[in-house]
Amino acid sequence: MNGESAATSEPIKAIRLRHPWRVVFAVLLVAIFALFVIDAAFRPAYDWPAVGKYLFDRRISMAAVVTIQLTVFSMVIAIILGVILAVMRLSPNPVVKSVAWFYLWIFRGTPVYVQLTIWGLISLIYTSIDIGIPFMDPWVSFQTNAALNTFTLAIIGLALNEAAYMAEIVRAGLLSVDKGQEEASIALGMSWSQTMTRVILPQSMRVIIPPTGNEVISMLKTTSLVTAVPFSLELFTRSRDISAETFNPIPLLIVASIWYLFFTSILMVGQYFLEKRFSRGVGDRQPTKSDPAAPTTGAITGVVPVVGSGQPTVVVPPTTDAPGTTGHEGTR
Amino acid sequence: MSATTVRGAASVEVPMVLAEQVTKSFGSNEVLKGITLEVKRGEVMCLVGPSGSGKSTFLRCINHLEVLSAGRLSVDGELIGYREANGKLYEMAPKEASKQRRDIGMVFQRFNLFPHMTALQNVMEAPLRVKGLPKAKVESSARELLARVGLADRADYYPAHLSGGQQQRVAIARALAMEPKLMLFDEPTSALDPELVGEVLDVMKGLAKEGMTMIVVTHEMGFAREVADSLVFMDAGVVVESGLPSEVLANPRHARTQAFLSKVL
Repeated sequence: MNGESAATSEPIKAIRLRHPWRVVFAVLLVAIFALFVIDAAFRPAYDWPAVGKYLFDRRISMAAVVTIQLTVFSMVIAIILGVILAVMRLSPNPVVKSVAWFYLWIFRGTPVYVQLTIWGLISLIYTSIDIGIPFMDPWVSFQTNAALNTFTLAIIGLALNEAAYMAEIVRAGLLSVDKGQEEASIALGMSWSQTMTRVILPQSMRVIIPPTGNEVISMLKTTSLVTAVPFSLELFTRSRDISAETFNPIPLLIVASIWYLFFTSILMVGQYFLEKRFSRGVGDRQPTKSDPAAPTTGAITGVVPVVGSGQPTVVVPPTTDAPGTTGHEGTR
Repeated sequence: MSATTVRGAASVEVPMVLAEQVTKSFGSNEVLKGITLEVKRGEVMCLVGPSGSGKSTFLRCINHLEVLSAGRLSVDGELIGYREANGKLYEMAPKEASKQRRDIGMVFQRFNLFPHMTALQNVMEAPLRVKGLPKAKVESSARELLARVGLADRADYYPAHLSGGQQQRVAIARALAMEPKLMLFDEPTSALDPELVGEVLDVMKGLAKEGMTMIVVTHEMGFAREVADSLVFMDAGVVVESGLPSEVLANPRHARTQAFLSKVL
């Protein structure tokens, strides 16, 4: 507050306020937790030896890979589709806008479990996939249940549902970028697609990534529902199938949970680094390390305007000789 | 000051900007009510007037950020936003419109630098992406431009780490990187702290001396008097008065001009 005078005053010496209840609660919580862990370690129903045995069981680790595949494929499709839907919702064309809105209404308004079940029955609704001109003989025709296996249907079901949520996330991100950014790039002669990809999207990433990270984690867990298709080779359904044979469900549920936790932990770390990358120039208030002469204000370049003629064409501010100075100053 | 009119004598016939009865409405609100004016090659024109008088809107019409409701506007003899054939006007495709904008630099009140790019990257972006010039060449001329606005040592800084005045100078360098034939300044110093205004005006003075054609919407009457070749006073969507800055500022003929100047001078 009072700059210089504070420097001379002595640091405060006072007896610290004690918080006895904090200590009580902390000890209590630790005690309860320890009790639970010790109890769990010796409780036979958990069957820890079985957990150890199945954790790296080949069937389980294969199922873990399938879960990752489901997550990655459906998330990639969902993000691409979500960006398209978000741009459609911001389109000046009212028909395009309405189509996107209708999509969102359907896919956000019905449970994903129901959607997955319907995808599983798609071959009953559409027995063949025909490509060609409507009302004419098709050029190519597939039997639906031959062309689309349950794995593909699971990905389609998850991706189309997720796209509706991604569209809203992307739209919020696009709207968060200042209108002046678009104007500046248009004024420079940049095209709409250049404006989007170079200026608007990179800035909206800062807003888009945190909720998208949540969606990826959520998707990883939602893959456990594809049994509705029915697709049975992912982590949860696989461990259920194994326990149906061994009559020992609890250790396998723990095994599946450990794998899910392992993957979500990795995703959280990845999200941290992505967020850091896209907050360039915004998140960090510290000047770049390569330039130690960074000022916190621009005071050193302030030049008082002199009224009258005889002004130099270029006013070179009195630069401190910062490393990295290119020596171009005053060349014009 | 009027020495500037001699510049560009070779093509003196075609004015840089020619506005004829330019009208712009937002809904039922008519913001521009028939602006007619001419900016010669190498001329520096200052647009002044109370807020809401339509100065900024007119400026934005010149590079087609706003679409005219009526009238004609041409830059360097080329109609803005429309193609004329067989006596009919055809709306331009976005591609053609952005081609026209390349030659018109614009500096905004709020700088509008790209915050996720360093100063150097901001200046390099348009020549790289729009003109598709080789990177090494673009970088060296971008560094030269930054030096020209006195920011050679700030090339690798993000906008957030620069002061307002520095940001606006980077924005000027960014506009200059496209080698425009016309520069539009939309209240370039209005968002700046008073002590930072001078550094931006100095860069603009330098540009004027080099013969850049400039239209400047400003409240800096000192700058207008010193640098401008002509001064246009706008109020309520019409040009009230125009002429040499020294004359308009010293002896305003219209009551509205007098009233405005008595408040700002």
